[in-house]
Amino acid sequence: MSDITREQVEHLAGLSRIALTDEEIESLTTELSAIVDAIAKVSEAVGDDVPATSHPVPLANVTRPDVEGATLSHAEAFAGAPSHDGERFRVSAILGEEQ
Amino acid sequence: MKDRLMDFDEALERYEPVLGFEVHVELGTRTKMFSAAPNPAHPDHHDAAPNTLIDPLSLGLPGSLPVVNDEAIRYSISLGLALGCEIAESSRFARKNYYYPDTPKNYQISQYDEPIAFEGSVEVQLADGRRIDIPIERAHMEEDAGKLTHVGGATGRIQGAEYSLVDYNRAGVPLVEIVTKPIVGAEHSAPEIAKAYVATIRDIVLSLGISEARMERGNLRCDANVSLRPRGQERFGTRTETKNVNSLRSVERAVRYEIQRQAAILAGGGTITQETRHWHEDTGTTSPGRPKSDADDYRYFPEPDLLPVEPTRELVEQLRAALPEQPAVRRRRLQSDWGFTDLELQDVVNAGLLDTIEATVAAGASPAAARKWWTGELARVANERGVDAASLVTPGHVAELQRLVDEGTLTDRLARQALEGVVAGEGSPSEVAAARGLQVVSDEGALVAAVDEALAAQPDVLAKIQDGKVQAAGAVIGAVMKAMRGQADAARVREIVLERAAQS
Repeated sequence: MSDITREQVEHLAGLSRIALTDEEIESLTTELSAIVDAIAKVSEAVGDDVPATSHPVPLANVTRPDVEGATLSHAEAFAGAPSHDGERFRVSAILGEEQ
Repeated sequence: MKDRLMDFDEALERYEPVLGFEVHVELGTRTKMFSAAPNPAHPDHHDAAPNTLIDPLSLGLPGSLPVVNDEAIRYSISLGLALGCEIAESSRFARKNYYYPDTPKNYQISQYDEPIAFEGSVEVQLADGRRIDIPIERAHMEEDAGKLTHVGGATGRIQGAEYSLVDYNRAGVPLVEIVTKPIVGAEHSAPEIAKAYVATIRDIVLSLGISEARMERGNLRCDANVSLRPRGQERFGTRTETKNVNSLRSVERAVRYEIQRQAAILAGGGTITQETRHWHEDTGTTSPGRPKSDADDYRYFPEPDLLPVEPTRELVEQLRAALPEQPAVRRRRLQSDWGFTDLELQDVVNAGLLDTIEATVAAGASPAAARKWWTGELARVANERGVDAASLVTPGHVAELQRLVDEGTLTDRLARQALEGVVAGEGSPSEVAAARGLQVVSDEGALVAAVDEALAAQPDVLAKIQDGKVQAAGAVIGAVMKAMRGQADAARVREIVLERAAQS
């Protein structure tokens, strides 16, 4: 078993903006350990001669030319927005700093 | 709260500053980094209304997928090469995860462990002519975030805001982030080096034509890292990262301020908090922002929606061959061609007149004359009017003016009057000289008569000259020049004065 701790689950939940109950934290700690273990099995299956990749597709350099395409109208852009002022999206006051 | 500051020289006596910079460059491609939405950093779209340069990807809408802009790749490689970097054979994108409304996907696509360019070096030159190599750690590609406006509250700043408005035009603008290695040994020059480094990056970017590099528009943004360590200590001190430093002058001031602020804290037995600080242009101070904390756990991982970028060596060599002359190399070449001192060249560079003087020399003026007119009379007028000297007259005008002086048609003084007419839009130097009747009096008879008259009016001076006190002739020359309304060749007048004095 991997050693996922309760503190790690709480930390991740905080980063992900997910509110968890005590019971959920408890069960997720166990379940995440099992998930991590399952994924770790991959490394048992490959030897040192197989290079690590970040992608299953043997492709590189998929690009597009620098040509302008369609844009969204304000009506389209704001269709799914909870709030806007006609030109910009309106969000709750931000506490914290820009990244 | 007002920070306590230590005197700059005292701070440097006790502590050694270590600098580091992260400079973000917005690339001026037509479209965004990962989508075909128009790029607000392209000159065609500067004035776009909010949220008009957006597509599903800019908003992070479900199902939208990124595709890399090939021009942005080429620009990034060119910039990497100009920074003396290696270009990666394989480079990949990574997700930097954080929740903030300027980034609607809840992650920024950036690069982490495999940047496009790494291990470079940039030479900067200081006002006294010293050249310093700034080590570059990496230059990586990423996307810009949207722009937030905080509404409500007393100051319009983040604290006290009631809500925020978001414009996603900037979301997805191609960026290259250039990261230096720690810069040690800057000592008293630390603020100047900071400014010179950012100016050099700006010059390089401009020479490549990949960005307008306007700091006031945010095309070029600098975060300055500063730490101090007591003399003799090997380990670096705790650093702060000052953001929002949006002019060359601010970069210099912010670094100086942080050195003085941190020195006062350390000397008082305190410790430096590792944090982001904000630069305030109006007060010339920094204030604390966000402390580095758990929130910096960005959980980078390889971007699953994008494939690796593997620039062919042919492409890299092709871009290397197309690089313009490095600004520092060009300056050195021109300085040597022109025979300028370090200080003279620095004046020209600081005044932004390098191109103008090069054009004036090409139009036929000597480098010294070109420099004299542009950094003298024209710079003075430009300064008075608050405009660029280069907007007043053309390099061709200045070359023609100097030719008139060299031919003896105009004296320096007449040339200045002619220049005034050119600036006023009265035509070329020759046309102004003709229209205003500006011409050196070369009528020997008139000059001799004027000299005789002046000598007669000042018999005591005449006696002195005859006594061998040649320097006394100045008073007579002045009188003659005045009588000729300045339109005489002073050297010739002097000769005549001495001749006539000897004969009388």
